[in-house]
Amino acid sequence: MLSKDEVKKIASLARIELSESEVEKFQKDLSTVLDYVDELKKVDVSGVDEVFEVTGLVNVQRDDAAIVSDTHEGIFKNAPEMKDGFYKVKAIL
Amino acid sequence: MDFTYLSLTELRKLLDKKQISSVELTKYFLERIKKSDLNAFITISEEQALKQAAAADDYIASPGENPFLCGIPYAAKDLFCTAGVRTTAASKILDNYIPPYDATVIEKIKEQKGVLLGKTNLDQFAHGSSGETSAYGPTKNPWDKSRMPGGSSSGSAAAVAAGLIPWATATETGGSIRIPSSFTGVCGWKPTYGRVSRYGVIAMGSSLDSPGAMAYSVEDLARLAEIMAGADGKDSTTGQAMVPAYSKNLTVSLKGVRIGIAEEYFLEGMDERVKQTIQGAIGELEKLGAELVKVHLPISAKYGSLVYAIVAPSEISSNLARYDGIRYGHVTKNASDLMEVYTKSRAEGFGDEAKRRIMTGTYVLSAGYYDAYYKRAQKVRRMIVNEFTKVFSQVDVLTAPTAPSVAQKLGYAANDPLFGYITDQLNIPSSLAGLPAISVPSGFVPAHDDPSTNLPVGLQIIGPQWGEQKIFNVGYAYQQATDFHKKHPRVDSGK
Repeated sequence: MLSKDEVKKIASLARIELSESEVEKFQKDLSTVLDYVDELKKVDVSGVDEVFEVTGLVNVQRDDAAIVSDTHEGIFKNAPEMKDGFYKVKAIL
Repeated sequence: MDFTYLSLTELRKLLDKKQISSVELTKYFLERIKKSDLNAFITISEEQALKQAAAADDYIASPGENPFLCGIPYAAKDLFCTAGVRTTAASKILDNYIPPYDATVIEKIKEQKGVLLGKTNLDQFAHGSSGETSAYGPTKNPWDKSRMPGGSSSGSAAAVAAGLIPWATATETGGSIRIPSSFTGVCGWKPTYGRVSRYGVIAMGSSLDSPGAMAYSVEDLARLAEIMAGADGKDSTTGQAMVPAYSKNLTVSLKGVRIGIAEEYFLEGMDERVKQTIQGAIGELEKLGAELVKVHLPISAKYGSLVYAIVAPSEISSNLARYDGIRYGHVTKNASDLMEVYTKSRAEGFGDEAKRRIMTGTYVLSAGYYDAYYKRAQKVRRMIVNEFTKVFSQVDVLTAPTAPSVAQKLGYAANDPLFGYITDQLNIPSSLAGLPAISVPSGFVPAHDDPSTNLPVGLQIIGPQWGEQKIFNVGYAYQQATDFHKKHPRVDSGK
């Protein structure tokens, strides 16, 4: 079983704020999932390479040609807050 | 005239002969959608639909041949970005998101002058197998409104099954097309990974995501595949091979076709009547000339869902990192600094299932755990790929039940973090290997918890990579000999 501190650490890495009751709920849920996958540890994987893609494609490239992608207006329309053509965010420092 | 449940080929003929206009057809289906109480749609794009239909009618009125989908209404799972039409992924974090561009699939349908009527409900971010994790409420199964239609493509399946739309786009990562097709009695196609472009489809697990379709027959699916598939410069994982004329190559006889049956896919403890129904369907395939071959997939059956339970959340945690409240989507009103913009916007915007998967992925990818979980899972995934490769050196296709059960009652999945991994266990292994599959209606059985309700059962046909033609051929031959795909639920107007 994961500890509450571990759940809080994961949530902080994932940038999700959790209430105390959520910490408890996800402590249970995440532990259930981790127990479920535990059996994988029994599989003998010696000498097996991991797979990252399945269809065998290698380095698909396209021509280095410029195309017009004039969607900035539509993109900015979705921004919660803009100022002078820039995204507005809270102070970082 | 009744236009529900007509095949795409029949609708094409009616439109070409000008027995109906696209505007009339569009109004007809919009009316059905509005009257329905299945909660199958999140957004109805009436105004744009009527414009698209009018343009299609103009095109049809001009001389020359019409593209296959010209003027035919369709719906898109609300995971496909649609320019100018709200796209939510059934999440509150994208509640107000209006994409400035179309997904490649949507663009291809637009080129054909297909008419988009709206966006269908789904499990939030396609995380789920029941349709219940949608932030807009669960979709109902038209065969029994107290039941789930399956997920994550819940709205597309329910809408097609109830005759609200002649066909719909869907997506699958590990069961999300096949399960709802099985639970609602429609035909669903999960393509080979890379056969259909993922560009503009909101990402879940990028090594698995496969956009596909749902319709009333395998013939319709084959026509749709010809239009949806193909290499795309905007998705470098798309296969470069030409798209065959699937629908022209369909065959009625299965003589010489070797069909693999893996006993591991007939699970201990699964619904006996589902098992019998599938055995009956396999008998039908044998009658059509197919040779049945016993094969084994022990690692896939035993470990597939476990591998998926690590790989999918890992990719999800990475893909969903982009929702930060800065560039689009929900932003919190209660942040005092930048970190709180992230943590509170994500806390308010994501549902429990998304949070659960993001955190699972974050954990298994974190320092100290990566080797034990992710790396090991990707090794077992290799063993699964190898197992399928070996089987497909012996057979043309595999058949199996699509799902271990028929549709469950709504609420059945609630609070069970493992529901999806169990429900999808007959779909996940082939997804991990990037294989194509279809689910076709193959009978009805009484619900285990209510013998008075008959519910659809789906037959799953899995092919080798790029083997769409093989699975379409088997499905097509099966549908020439059976009529389960022509059975439809009795849907009252609801209001």
